[in-house]
Amino acid sequence: MTITGSKGKARDEGAVPSSVALEASGLGHAYKGREVLGSIDFAVRRGEFVCIVGPSGVGQTTLLRCLAGLQRSTRGQVLVKGTAITEPVRGVAVVFQDYSRSLMPWASVRDNVTLPLRANGTPKVEANRIAAESLAQVGLDEHVSDLYPWQLSGGMQQRVAIARALAYGPEVMLMDEPFASVDAQTRADLEDLVRRLQRDLELTVILVTHDIDEAVYLSDRVIALAGKPAHVSDIVDVPLGADRDQIGTKGTPEFAEIRAAVHGLIRRKDDAVS
Amino acid sequence: MNKRLLRDLGLEIWLPIVLVVVWWFASASSTSFYFPPLSKIMESFAADWLDPTQAFDNLLPSLALLGMGYGLALVSGVVIGTLFGLVTPLEEAARPVLEFLRAIPGVALLPVFIVLFGIDQPMKVLLIAFGSFWPVFLNTVDGVRGIEPLLLDVAGVFRLGRARRLFSIILPGASPQIFAGARTALAISLIIMVVAETVGGSGGVGYFLLDAQRNFRVQSMWGAIIALGILGYLLNIAFRIIERLVLRWHRLQQARLESNS
Repeated sequence: MTITGSKGKARDEGAVPSSVALEASGLGHAYKGREVLGSIDFAVRRGEFVCIVGPSGVGQTTLLRCLAGLQRSTRGQVLVKGTAITEPVRGVAVVFQDYSRSLMPWASVRDNVTLPLRANGTPKVEANRIAAESLAQVGLDEHVSDLYPWQLSGGMQQRVAIARALAYGPEVMLMDEPFASVDAQTRADLEDLVRRLQRDLELTVILVTHDIDEAVYLSDRVIALAGKPAHVSDIVDVPLGADRDQIGTKGTPEFAEIRAAVHGLIRRKDDAVS
Repeated sequence: MNKRLLRDLGLEIWLPIVLVVVWWFASASSTSFYFPPLSKIMESFAADWLDPTQAFDNLLPSLALLGMGYGLALVSGVVIGTLFGLVTPLEEAARPVLEFLRAIPGVALLPVFIVLFGIDQPMKVLLIAFGSFWPVFLNTVDGVRGIEPLLLDVAGVFRLGRARRLFSIILPGASPQIFAGARTALAISLIIMVVAETVGGSGGVGYFLLDAQRNFRVQSMWGAIIALGILGYLLNIAFRIIERLVLRWHRLQQARLESNS
C-alpha cells in the first residue's frame, strides 16, 4: 500500500504552500476497529476543482466528513490553509447529498439560506440581502424565498442547499455526491452550475462522487480512491481546458482517455485487494 | 373552502344534536331524583354557568389552577426532556426510574402530595404538573433524539452556537412530538384538576361538583358535569388552533407526502 508516488505528485504541483487551500496528511480512519481509510495524502490548491472518485462503499463520505471537521480522524490530520483543524472552520461549507434531509423543513427557503449567516452574527436585513443574492446566483427566482424547501423540485432543493453554502461566503466548498439524487438532465444542469460558480467566485471545490464521467467533466484533477481500507490510487490531471460543455467535452478523445485511466485506477486496486 | 368548512362543521355537529334531543325527550317525564329532566338541568346550568359573575367565580379558580399546573408541566417537560434527549447516558440511566414514575396515575399521588404540600393551591398545581409532566417529557426526549442527524451536521458545518442550535434546529425538529405530548398532557391536567379541587376549599368546578352532590343539588351536579365537558371541549379546540398555527409546515408537508404516495 505505497502511495508515495501520488503523494509526491500532489506536493510538487502545490509547490507554494500558501496556495494550498486544504490538505489531507496521512489521514486514516478506523471505525469499530475496522479500517475505513488507509493513509490519505493530497493537497488541493486554492481555486481548484477536485473530484474524489472511487467505488461505492470505499469511504468517501467518511473522508469528506473528516475534511469538513465533522469527524475526527483516528490518524493524520486535515489542514485548512496550513492549520490543522479539529472541528468545522469558517470558510469551509458543505453541500450534502440528501437535500431533502439537509434542509430544515420548518423554515422557508430564505430562512434556510440565512441560517449560516445569522449563526455567525450577520444582522437580519444584511443576511436577507445576501440570501437573495445567493439564490440568484444558483438561478432561483426571488419568489421561492417564501416557500418551504419541500415545496420545490429535487433539483431546486439542491440549488437551495448550494445557495446556503454560498451565502456562508466559503473559500472551500465540500460536496458529498451532490447530484446523486436527481434525474440526468437536472444533474447535467447542476454540474454546469457548480462549474460556473466555482470559476466565477474562484472557489475551491472538493466533490465526492461515484460517477467517473462526472468527476472527469468537472475536475481540474481527479483523486482516485481504491482498496480497503481506501487509499489514494493516483491523482490524475484533467487538462480539458476551462470551457467545457456536456456533449462536446465528453465526446473528445482526451475525455475518453482520462476516463479510461481513472476507471483503470479504481478497478485495478479494487481487484488487487479482493 | 368555505363549503368544505361548512360540511365539516355539519359532520361534527349532527351527533351531539341528536343526543341532546334524545336526552331531552327521554328524560322529560322523569320523576327520578337522581336523573332529573334535561330541561331542569339546563335551568341550573344557566344559573350556575351562564350568569357572568357566577361563572366567573366558579371557573376562575379552575382555570388558574389548570393554567399554572399545565404550564409548569409544559415548561419543565420540554426543558428536562430536551436535556435528557441530548445527553443520552443520562436518559438511559434514568429510564427504569422514569418508567416506574410514569406508570403511577397522577391522582393516586393525591394523598402523598397532601402530606407533602398541604391541601391548598400549591399542592394542586404541583399535582397537575407532576401528572401531566410525563407525556410532555417523554415525547420531548423522543423528539430530540429523533432529530435528523444530517441537520446536526449542517449545524456543525455552519458553526451554530448552542442557543441557535437549540432554537433553530432541535426544538423545531422535535416540535411535532412535543405537541403530541402536550395534547395528552392537557387531558390529564383536566382530570387531575377536577380531582384535586375536591379537597380543600379553594373553589373551582371540581369543588362545586362535589358540593352539589353532597348537598343533594342533583340538577347543579349534572350542570357542573356538562360545564366540565364543554370546558374540556373548548380547551381542546384552543389547543388545536395553536397547533395548526405552529405546526403549519408539518401539516402541509404530511399532506404533500400522503398525496405523493
